[in-house]
Amino acid sequence: MKNTALSGEANVMNMKRRTFLRGTVAAGAVGVAAGTGLLTPRMVLAAWPKAAFDAKTVDAAVSALLGSSSLTGSDQIQIKAPDIAENGAVVPVSVTTDISGVESISLLVEKNAAPLTSNFKLGKGTEGYVSTRIKMGKTSSVIAVVKADGKLYSHGKEVKVTIGGCGG
Amino acid sequence: MSSIKMRAKLDGGVTTVKALISHPMDTGLVKDKKTDKLIPAHFIQEVTVTHKGTTVMTAEWGGAVSKNPYLSFRFKGGSAGDTLKLSWVDNQGKSDSSEGQIK
Repeated sequence: MKNTALSGEANVMNMKRRTFLRGTVAAGAVGVAAGTGLLTPRMVLAAWPKAAFDAKTVDAAVSALLGSSSLTGSDQIQIKAPDIAENGAVVPVSVTTDISGVESISLLVEKNAAPLTSNFKLGKGTEGYVSTRIKMGKTSSVIAVVKADGKLYSHGKEVKVTIGGCGG
Repeated sequence: MSSIKMRAKLDGGVTTVKALISHPMDTGLVKDKKTDKLIPAHFIQEVTVTHKGTTVMTAEWGGAVSKNPYLSFRFKGGSAGDTLKLSWVDNQGKSDSSEGQIK
């Protein structure tokens, strides 16, 4: 992969992971771009939870999105994701849950600059299952937060990101 | 050409929906190698799937969803031949939608 040479510098640059992920750019080029100032969408959906997507920690993101950050660990949530992801730009993740009355499933990556990747609001007849592909900057825990009957449940799975074979 | 490919298959009362959308999903944090300028953020913020006028799935996405995003989910209550509609809106106000039948 073309980004093999990036690893050392990228670490120094405190992992500007989007740069890293795409592998299209010299590491560190992004600098201070992580700020939200650059994200100036012409049209912001009223419903789109900007604060949650901008949040820098899992707790803050979950609070902003779901109104509370008190998560109950649950073994009724299964996360299907690779143990080792070769390419952090495309990590397939599926979440299945047996919890009844699921209202939403959120997917977070603990060590991404902005942990919240996606939030799925389920309709009434929709089962507790979603599958998608997300970006990961580095080895991290992938956390699924399930909201059911007003309560929050969570489960995490560690995914190693190797990126072009420079080790995880 | 539509940016959306969607399939919905009925099996034992449960409809499995699989969708692929072609979209760059730029986070806004990546620099263009040639011009040395940041590629502006351009990602889908909301995907909605409706079945007979009822929303079965609303997905809110950030830039951390992979390029050319994939989405799959399952719902009950569909029957063969029903129309499903998927639409998306991105942070630049662009949108697209597509309809498909449950098989």
